[in-house]
Amino acid sequence: MTAITAAAGGRARRSRDENVIRLLGLLVFVFVLMTILRPAQFATLADFNSMMRQFPEYGIMAIGMSLTMITGGIDLGVVGAANLSAIVAAKFLVAAVPPGAPPQQVVPYLVAAVGLALATGLACGAFAGILIARFNIPAILATLGTQQLYTGIAIGITSGRPQSHLPLLYSKVGNTEFLNFFPLSFILFVAIAVAAGFMLSRTRFGTSLYMIGTNAQAASYAGLTNASILLRTYMISGFLSSVAGLIMMARANSAKAEYGVPYTLQCVLIAVLGGIDPYGGSGNIAGVTLAILILQFLSSGLNMFNNVSNFYRDVIWGGVLLLVLVVNRFLSRRSERRAVLKAS
Amino acid sequence: MSDNVLKVEGVAKAFGGVQALKGVSLEIEKGEIHCLAGENGCGKSTLIKVISGVHEPDAGTIEIEGRRFARLAPMQAIALGVQVIYQDFSVFPNLSVMENLALNMEVMDHRVFMNYRRAKAIAAHAVSQIGFDVDLDERVETLAVADRQLIAICRALLQNSKLIIMDEPTAALTKREVKALFGVIKDLQSRGISILFVSHKLDEVFEISERFTILRGGENVASGSTRELDRRAFALYMTGREFADASYRPAAAPGPPVLSVRNLTRRGAYTNISFDLAPGEILGITGLLGSGRTELVETIFGVVQPDSGSIEIGGKPARLRSVRAAIRAGVGYVPSDRLTEGLFLPQTIERNLVVAVLERLSGWLGVLRRQAVVETTERWIADLSIATKDPSLPVRTLSGGNQQKVVLARWLANDLKVLILNGPTMGVDIGSKYDIHALIRGLAEHGLAVVIVSDDLPEVLACASRIVVMQNGAFVQELDPASTTETKLGELSTGVA
Repeated sequence: MTAITAAAGGRARRSRDENVIRLLGLLVFVFVLMTILRPAQFATLADFNSMMRQFPEYGIMAIGMSLTMITGGIDLGVVGAANLSAIVAAKFLVAAVPPGAPPQQVVPYLVAAVGLALATGLACGAFAGILIARFNIPAILATLGTQQLYTGIAIGITSGRPQSHLPLLYSKVGNTEFLNFFPLSFILFVAIAVAAGFMLSRTRFGTSLYMIGTNAQAASYAGLTNASILLRTYMISGFLSSVAGLIMMARANSAKAEYGVPYTLQCVLIAVLGGIDPYGGSGNIAGVTLAILILQFLSSGLNMFNNVSNFYRDVIWGGVLLLVLVVNRFLSRRSERRAVLKAS
Repeated sequence: MSDNVLKVEGVAKAFGGVQALKGVSLEIEKGEIHCLAGENGCGKSTLIKVISGVHEPDAGTIEIEGRRFARLAPMQAIALGVQVIYQDFSVFPNLSVMENLALNMEVMDHRVFMNYRRAKAIAAHAVSQIGFDVDLDERVETLAVADRQLIAICRALLQNSKLIIMDEPTAALTKREVKALFGVIKDLQSRGISILFVSHKLDEVFEISERFTILRGGENVASGSTRELDRRAFALYMTGREFADASYRPAAAPGPPVLSVRNLTRRGAYTNISFDLAPGEILGITGLLGSGRTELVETIFGVVQPDSGSIEIGGKPARLRSVRAAIRAGVGYVPSDRLTEGLFLPQTIERNLVVAVLERLSGWLGVLRRQAVVETTERWIADLSIATKDPSLPVRTLSGGNQQKVVLARWLANDLKVLILNGPTMGVDIGSKYDIHALIRGLAEHGLAVVIVSDDLPEVLACASRIVVMQNGAFVQELDPASTTETKLGELSTGVA
């Protein structure tokens, strides 16, 4: 037994590794396929750079979504929270920053705007968390409601118009590239993925998420404070949404109530593809990260085919989601049978 | 040709690599009550499924009323008069009594439409057969477990049954209901119907059956007349091990109490409960379901709150507002339903062991100390001899007894003062049961105060150093296990005496 094995990973180590290996294989397959089909465009440095600009915004939301799904819940409100947070920050910047102010004067406003956005995200998550943890509303309904609510508030305070005319410095900072190649958003994604992975596998809180997701009643009999743990989970998801919102705002140089609407389904798809059990209690960040990359490769690759219309994208994502659900069901039944055989 | 209704010879069945039955034989005479016993995993259920045509045997023959079969289809078995009443009774809870009774007949007759009057007649006939008094329009889910079972029996009788197989029919019944069920079984017998009664409860086997067959590891180990069987032999056949009957006495004279409960009341659950418990003592609480026993112990574990009264732990008043507070005060609780309240089935054995002491095993920012987690796990697996090769396997892969040890060990890793066990050996096979009893006695000898809540009267008698009987939310009598018999205890707890 090595150090990382048991409690760290949740379910038996074998099945976990199997899933990651399967995803790795799929990733390589998609990558090779696209490279062969579109050698001039795919897998070029420019292409990598553009992909690194795209996936962090939904990737970060997918991590939040995954955490809630491990507890046996779901957070359909991620996109609403992201946009509302960005709009709060944008409104503040537009109202507070004096026109034509020099960059060094703008910095404290930027810091405050970011702080406001993150606080909004935390509040959005806390609200969903209270509905789920204290009032016992099923997460899927509670967050369907919060998604609608946050988007509605965002539309209300903006009249549905994009909030632009942000200080130039914001998008400049937001679109910084380290070593002229790695976008800030990508660095943020890596930091968040590593932190979330560590939290899930090595901390008491992370272990509690798996336990509650497996059997909430047994968890409360074991002395876990379910309500507070769930509340914190949804707050983390809200916080990560606001980070994603800030990234979207930097890329578009504006904030709008209806940015990134398809991301909700995409985040669910990523979580499920990445091996998060929709019934809760299993999955890990390594799998989720691989699923993000697979989806990004697919999506960038499809962009390079002029005859594949963007309209087909929903068909493809929906189809992939259903296929993955069916395949996972089949695989988990098989691995269960194997585990029973092995133990006997 | 003998007068056997059923004769099974050399039946073998394997699932994947697991040989569930290795050439099992079973003979049931006409009008006989035959008991099939064995520990979990001995092949009882597989054998039943072979007889009822659910599984096809790999080898061997089944003879029903003189007709030989190498395999049977479920419909064929039913047509031959073999009926199985499974543990969940297979009734439709959302339908009425009448619909449950008549539906099968209608389907068997290939009818497309239900005829209300015909259905009512069928149902009325069915319940009259065993003199079962029930409202035919009642929805089945509103009935008591025992009544649902009677409905399943009535339905079986409609099919002109010759052999009724009952799979652990008493598992969810109270003493009184078991008595009533036995009356029905005897009545069926008098009409020439054979009963195969599956159970691992010794007392029931003695009370109801004439002959028995015991399986172990998919093989016949013994069969014969029940009159020639005694407790010790029964346990030996079931487990292949010898056990001594023992009752528990605290090693030393009890000192000052570690748990004091005073005038504890929770409306609708229990009233005015007071007792003291010293280190090394084992208090057995027995009583019917609904007597308030579970609410009482769950109050001491902080799950529910009392309306009035006080609890002291270790001489200090304890305000147990949450499970966490109770755990901090040194209380551990093994809940009555291991599967839904105790275990995280797909999670690793390790996680199941350490879940209650995560706080203790983690450092700054809640980061788990891997070394401490591994050491704790290894220690308790060794101390409680939990049979597993690898603690990173799901806890689901363990047997019932070993799973229960995991739930128990979870609390031992804490600084425990009081351990409460609610039905500690429910659904656990005899071998593990004795192990768990020995374990509980060992813990008490090391100075732990233990409360056992149980229906299993031999268990209470064997483990407790004091017994209280609970009825309608009150302690009605305190008994010394050394001077009490099982019969007396049973009468007291059901209120028959």
